[in-house]
Amino acid sequence: MSLIDDFLARWHEYRRPGYYEEFDYHWTMTVDLDRCTGCEACVTACQAENNTPIVGEDAIARGRHMQWMRVERYWEGEYPDVKLRAIPMFCQHCDAAPCETVCPVSATYHNQDGLNAQIYNRCIGTRSCAVYCPYEVRYFNYNNHHWDEPLDQQLNPDVSVREKGVMEKCTFCIQRIRQAKDAAKDDGRRRVQDGEVQPACVQTCPTEALVFGDRKDPDSAVSLMLGNERAYTVLEELNTDPSVVYLKKVDADAA
Amino acid sequence: MQRRHEDIKFADVNNDIVRSLVETGPRYYVTLAIAVLITLACFFFPWFYQLYYGIGAAGMNHPTVWGTYLASFIFWIGLSHSGTLLSCVLHITNSEWRKAMYRSAEAMTLFSLMVAAMMVMVHVGRPWFIHWALPYPNQMELWPNFRSPLMFDVMAITTYLTGSSIFIYMGSIPDFAAVRDRTTGWRHHMYVLLSLGWRGTDTEWHRLGWAYTFLAVLIIPLAVSVHSIVSWDFAMSIVPSLHQTIFAPYFVVGAIYSGTAGIVTVMFVLRKYMNFEHYITKVHFDNLGKLLLALSLIWTYINVVEVFTGWYSNDSAELESLRYKLFGFYAPLYWEMILFCAVAPLLLISKRFRTSFVPMLILSIAINIGMYTERFLIVGTSLSRQYLPDSWGVYVPSLVELSILVGSIAMFCTLFLVFVKIFPSVSIYEVKETLPAPDEGKTQWQATH
Repeated sequence: MSLIDDFLARWHEYRRPGYYEEFDYHWTMTVDLDRCTGCEACVTACQAENNTPIVGEDAIARGRHMQWMRVERYWEGEYPDVKLRAIPMFCQHCDAAPCETVCPVSATYHNQDGLNAQIYNRCIGTRSCAVYCPYEVRYFNYNNHHWDEPLDQQLNPDVSVREKGVMEKCTFCIQRIRQAKDAAKDDGRRRVQDGEVQPACVQTCPTEALVFGDRKDPDSAVSLMLGNERAYTVLEELNTDPSVVYLKKVDADAA
Repeated sequence: MQRRHEDIKFADVNNDIVRSLVETGPRYYVTLAIAVLITLACFFFPWFYQLYYGIGAAGMNHPTVWGTYLASFIFWIGLSHSGTLLSCVLHITNSEWRKAMYRSAEAMTLFSLMVAAMMVMVHVGRPWFIHWALPYPNQMELWPNFRSPLMFDVMAITTYLTGSSIFIYMGSIPDFAAVRDRTTGWRHHMYVLLSLGWRGTDTEWHRLGWAYTFLAVLIIPLAVSVHSIVSWDFAMSIVPSLHQTIFAPYFVVGAIYSGTAGIVTVMFVLRKYMNFEHYITKVHFDNLGKLLLALSLIWTYINVVEVFTGWYSNDSAELESLRYKLFGFYAPLYWEMILFCAVAPLLLISKRFRTSFVPMLILSIAINIGMYTERFLIVGTSLSRQYLPDSWGVYVPSLVELSILVGSIAMFCTLFLVFVKIFPSVSIYEVKETLPAPDEGKTQWQATH
């Protein structure tokens, strides 16, 4: 009997609205498309930070690229009157993530900081999360990767190297968030201050198009951006409730 | 010697069917050896290579992360549907013609479910951890995700496999006993074990009849649920053209459709090579043909509904997905499917076609090719065209995948070949029920004299 009571108690806990509100953080990123030049520095930074394998020419030709962050390019108009639209695309850390419900082993779940976390050790490789993700930001390890002689020395020791048969994706550089939290705790503070933690892409962006922070803190840079009238989320109609907010590009001609 | 169905005596039934178990010609061994060899060379060898190398041995890529392995999985699950389901429905409705064919149809269910389970092993990236999808108590208190349709799938298929195994076994007990009494040596010992001490008393028959009907009623909703749940793997996603409420009935109808075609194929082979000409007759082909015709019409209707639902939605992603399916890279496959599964079965309207064996065999194989294509298209076209045009792609199966597909068919054949030598592949006691009683003529004689 107590087993059922216990289960029901947990069920109600889980179903309580605003469950995530009780935690300290709700990490959010804004992408200002008006500032983005499509230079792909963020892509490189991400690759270096997160030990993402360099898959090589053959794999790219077969459509098996591994980029936790990619810059999507869309061309508008006919030559010579063309416009390039560049949209950085990475895991949107949806609060109502389709990938989380489908994983049969709960290898991907929502953690208390509003992050969509991936447990590599638990993943059995059904790849259903990648099918369910409308943003196509989940990457599968089709085989084991290796790093040639000098390159293996630059692997980030804070990030694991994934084996074949495992799904992986953007983590908002969870290792950096963890470090910032630990540092804050060592200082005797309860919360990480705004600006203390930046994912590799945000740190690298030369035009400061990417801003990262805690939505719970009303004064954080990211919270201020959210009120912008240009703000929107990609594929809003799917109700995935993403944690990445894009700011619309201002068209010089239209203005 | 060709005998008519009415001329068969009770003793002939026992003799014929026991003969099919104990008398094994060289042709059987050659076929079995070929099937085993193909299974090893085309299924296990490429699979071991894939285990070593990773799923990269298959042709899947970034937008299309599911491929022929999953299509084969749905196909085999679908093929499994008609056997036990059809047998149960016909048992409850007291159809006489079921009795000669149901055992082999149920075996088809069992073996295609086993092959489907193997396809899951082949499909996942790390099959050595597949048991994590099962809810077993463990010290880490880690459970599978009960919200996941894939998890429902594991449950549904396990239940269906258990239910069908019990059903086929229970229905075979009197036959095992009949064979037990007519065999010697190791076979005798095996059937002593399998027949569970069956003596044929009235109480035993009564209990068997009761339990058999009970199971039949239980299995019908179960079978419908299994393929509905398989369809939820797709329908519960938000992928354009997969996220459709019609998917559950679509999959169930498709499953029964391909399964019934599978039964026609298997019955042709049994009739031809096990010399069951006088048990499996034109009547069976005629009835199955009518069923196939009805199913093909329902299937076509659902396909039309699917296309129109996409079209009327007027959603850009949905429209693109539809356009790609009908006129894109995979369009030849789509029209091939329409030809094999919607147009060709219209031939079944003619009774002459339904009662001709070879045309029925060709049609049944064509339907299953079309149904395999359908499953491939569900996975392939939908995943290649999703919301973000930057992530569009094309998926072509690799040699390893095709080889495993061929190997899985050989595996099914191997299992079936072993089955026909252990299980009486035509039910002895139920065929007797369709024959005139042995003393019927005598009674008539007494009445007239």
